[in-house]
Amino acid sequence: MNTIHDMGGMDGFGAIQRETDEPVFHAEWEQRMFALAFGIAVAVPKTDDDHFRRQIESLPPVTYLKASYYELWYRAYSAILRRHGLLDAVAPKGLNPPLTAARVLPVIESGATNRMAAEGIVARFKTGDAVTARNMHPTGHTRLPRYARGKRGIIHADCGVFSFADSKARGDGPCPQHLYTVAFTAEELWGEPGQRNKVYVDLWDSYLDPAVQRVS
Amino acid sequence: MTNDHHDHAHEDGSPLSDIALRVRALEDLLVEKGVVDRAALDKIVEAYETSIGPRNGARVVARAWSDPDYKQQLLTDATAAIAALGYRGLQGENMVVVENTPATHNVIVCTLCSCYPWPVLGLPPVWYKSAPYRSRVVKDPRGVLLEFGVALPAETELRVWDSTAEIRYMVLPMRPATSVGKSEAELAALVTRDGMIGTALL
Repeated sequence: MNTIHDMGGMDGFGAIQRETDEPVFHAEWEQRMFALAFGIAVAVPKTDDDHFRRQIESLPPVTYLKASYYELWYRAYSAILRRHGLLDAVAPKGLNPPLTAARVLPVIESGATNRMAAEGIVARFKTGDAVTARNMHPTGHTRLPRYARGKRGIIHADCGVFSFADSKARGDGPCPQHLYTVAFTAEELWGEPGQRNKVYVDLWDSYLDPAVQRVS
Repeated sequence: MTNDHHDHAHEDGSPLSDIALRVRALEDLLVEKGVVDRAALDKIVEAYETSIGPRNGARVVARAWSDPDYKQQLLTDATAAIAALGYRGLQGENMVVVENTPATHNVIVCTLCSCYPWPVLGLPPVWYKSAPYRSRVVKDPRGVLLEFGVALPAETELRVWDSTAEIRYMVLPMRPATSVGKSEAELAALVTRDGMIGTALL
């Protein structure tokens, strides 16, 4: 979705505001919202990261910029729960058992990787290959930032096989595929000749096409 | 963390803000419906306020500075090397550590949201999640670093790692020249959160 969350390369947001000795949370409601998100993700199906992010990204850009970080979480989870009927008076159905205090640390420690079995999933690219990020503008969730679209880069690493965020956020299943770290030169991205800097972006196979290696 | 947050105003006596009331109402509703357990919520907050934070990453860095074999493992299989010190799990399932050298300086960002390596750095500071940092660090890393007080030689190559997908990055800062002879615990005390994001030198 081409909206405000995809802000890499934009100008005009001003100076970076830093806080000395910043606390982990700035208010009790932030603590509770963070923890609620955790509990919701365990108990309610289809509230994983991809669904959550798709929901945040569908907020109006003005709302996105005005709201604080955990306020965005509140808005996104409220909308998701409303869709699930969990804000209605009826008793919820189809939920997993709630996360208990005893399970909190084991759940944190075991993590929730999206890595999947690589067997039978072909890697179309290998380290050193020249690729072009597709010029695509899906209206759903995607992890291909606008600033990289249509740009040429080099495969820096094959990270292995992962479920595909775009597909999962649509509710279309994991669509497992290789994820690559792609190196783009600052010159390619921003048109500044002589810049040796690079930006590395992790991109799924579906985002990439082979490119002819540029002779430099 | 206690459960007695239901009947008091802010510490300064001001009424709870609109968002605080809304979040409280959401919590009450979800507890009532059996979606969440309040004691579990307390435990989650406690974990991220007390044990999951940048001191973990500092220990990883100190070990890498002290032990060349560990450093090699950290740079080739960061997830396993970090787990060997006891740090693992959510938002650190697939880690990559990038090393700063005199020739190369690394900095991490998530331009699309707020991805960050929780097991080693904890939850990100507000500036990391903010529009000014996310928008600018990919396009003008040198300018952003100057804003953080980091002036690098013109010949230093800057590498920005935009963690938009499944990999979470941490920077292995350069060991300060003044740290010769220090113990691992003393070294860990020199390591800052921003040093491991790449927005500070040590």
